[in-house]
Amino acid sequence: MSNSITEPTPRQKWVAGILVVGYALVTILPLIWILTTGFKTPADAIAYPPKVIFEPSLEGYVNLFTTRTRQTQEFLAAHPPQTWYEEIVRKYDMVIVGPSRYGERFLNSVIIGFGSTFLSVFLGTLAAYAFSRFKVPLKDDLLFFILSTRMMPPIAVAIPIFLMFRSLGLSDTHLGMILLYTAVNISLAVWLLKGFIDEIPREYEEAALIDGYTRFQAFYKVVLPQAATGIASTAIFCLIFAWNEYAFAALLTSGTAQTAPPFIPTIIGVGGQDWPAVAAGATVFLVPVMVFTIILRKHLLRGITFGAVRK
Amino acid sequence: MFDSPMQRAARATPPEIARRIRGLSDRTVAWIFVSPTILLLLAVNIFPLIWTINLSFTNFRANRPNRAIEYVGFENYQRILTDGDIWLTMQATAHFLFWTILLQVLIGFTLAWLINRKFKGNDLWTTIIVLPMMLSPAVVGNFWTFLYQPQIGFFNYIVSFFTGVDPASFQMIGDVPLAPWAIVIVDTWMWTPFVMLICLAGLRSIPGYIYEAAEIDRASRWRQFWTITLPMVLPFLMLAVLFRGIENFKMFDLVVQLTGGGPGSTTELTSINLKREAFEKWRTGYASAYAVILFVTIFGLASIYVKALNKVKER
Repeated sequence: MSNSITEPTPRQKWVAGILVVGYALVTILPLIWILTTGFKTPADAIAYPPKVIFEPSLEGYVNLFTTRTRQTQEFLAAHPPQTWYEEIVRKYDMVIVGPSRYGERFLNSVIIGFGSTFLSVFLGTLAAYAFSRFKVPLKDDLLFFILSTRMMPPIAVAIPIFLMFRSLGLSDTHLGMILLYTAVNISLAVWLLKGFIDEIPREYEEAALIDGYTRFQAFYKVVLPQAATGIASTAIFCLIFAWNEYAFAALLTSGTAQTAPPFIPTIIGVGGQDWPAVAAGATVFLVPVMVFTIILRKHLLRGITFGAVRK
Repeated sequence: MFDSPMQRAARATPPEIARRIRGLSDRTVAWIFVSPTILLLLAVNIFPLIWTINLSFTNFRANRPNRAIEYVGFENYQRILTDGDIWLTMQATAHFLFWTILLQVLIGFTLAWLINRKFKGNDLWTTIIVLPMMLSPAVVGNFWTFLYQPQIGFFNYIVSFFTGVDPASFQMIGDVPLAPWAIVIVDTWMWTPFVMLICLAGLRSIPGYIYEAAEIDRASRWRQFWTITLPMVLPFLMLAVLFRGIENFKMFDLVVQLTGGGPGSTTELTSINLKREAFEKWRTGYASAYAVILFVTIFGLASIYVKALNKVKER
């Protein structure tokens, strides 16, 4: 590839590098702001001018995971704080009365995310294999139909789904949300996995079939191991989508099955949003996705374009 | 040698067919593999779609499920298409679509072009730039309301630092002229990397020998850009625009958390407007007609666009 004419000069590389690094630094500022605000006290968080250097505090995280009430001086004097986190809330004459809802909401995100990811990758792998290897009647139409389900605005589908879930008793349940997210993710799973399976040479299975394997065995013992990387990255994309989804969660869940995205903006402190707690909640919620993004970086393009662009 | 008829038949059977007899036929396997997906989509996508179409001809209200449903014909459609507020919503959506796509294409392409200079560490910085796009739009959108706070907000502080404007003098979210730009800024921040990644793939797909040939022909750098780089990246760029167009036409989570459609209804994009009709005013029949119109619009525009895209690809 590299040769004297098409290779950029060192000076061009320097200029390009400085511009891109500059953009990158600006673009991650809001993310850094989320990470740091989580470790500020509420007073530091709303200070003017905004504080870049501050004394780190775990108040945001304590507030995120607990519910607190204000108590009288007599009560506080009679009950000295037992732990470091009780110590922190004492500053405001408060005591911890129990855990907050954040843990449950986070757990809901985990259950619904993993449940729907498993289902959509399982069903998607089967369908993708069939589309890749067999002459399915109306194949192109079916594939396009699967993709077109992604064009619907979620709010438009939410109306009948709301009614349907209400009559089936699926409103605000894990099962309902898992099925819904599976249906949304399956188009991505089928399209991505078809691309990955297309890349596995047919000769492998044909050899296995000649050796006496049945189709199922050939699929299970030959194709699946070959497609493992593709399946793993598809799974991460499905997981990230289900993890980030907001519209359906906000409209169809309110309590038992509510996930973290509709919950985090409702974290309220004294006099408005408790920004350090919101930032702490966002950090706990966003960092896993950042880690997955870094793991996935080689397949990122494929995932976000439904397999249309491959590097 | 005398073979039994069975053995003779077995030898005459092509191996292809013999294999099929041993296990299930490929056709059966194909159906077993495809049908769960299709059934799920029929149940969760197509059935609701048909239900929506049906509801769109009624005056049904989901908060009064026991009231008798009356069929009203095309009344809902008529009311939507003649409603002035809906056209305001469409204008807000068009403003949002136009500026986000324009900015993301310009910045995204430029970044990709720069990253393609292959400076040291470009992979690391690409990954950092990509981060915002993978995060939950609702959670990030909510946090941006904090950055946009007058006086204490970090965004206002930065603007005031560079321009000297009083940071308490403007509210990105609260001021009518600024709010449409507040959502454009956050969407551009979030999704420019998407366009960038696709453009980068396009740039990397151009073989170096084309540029060598152009050099031999003494084509200027400028001319090379317009006659080689841009035309060859164009199909990729158009694909990126298609994805961003569909996504931003549906835009809900980010904007609802940022501005909630306000102030007034300056940033009330179609999805937010639809949510108000369906889940706040509970005009289910009316909202269903609205949903059908939106879907037909997206689907129609996307189909026309894909045809154009294919023409560009064929060139």
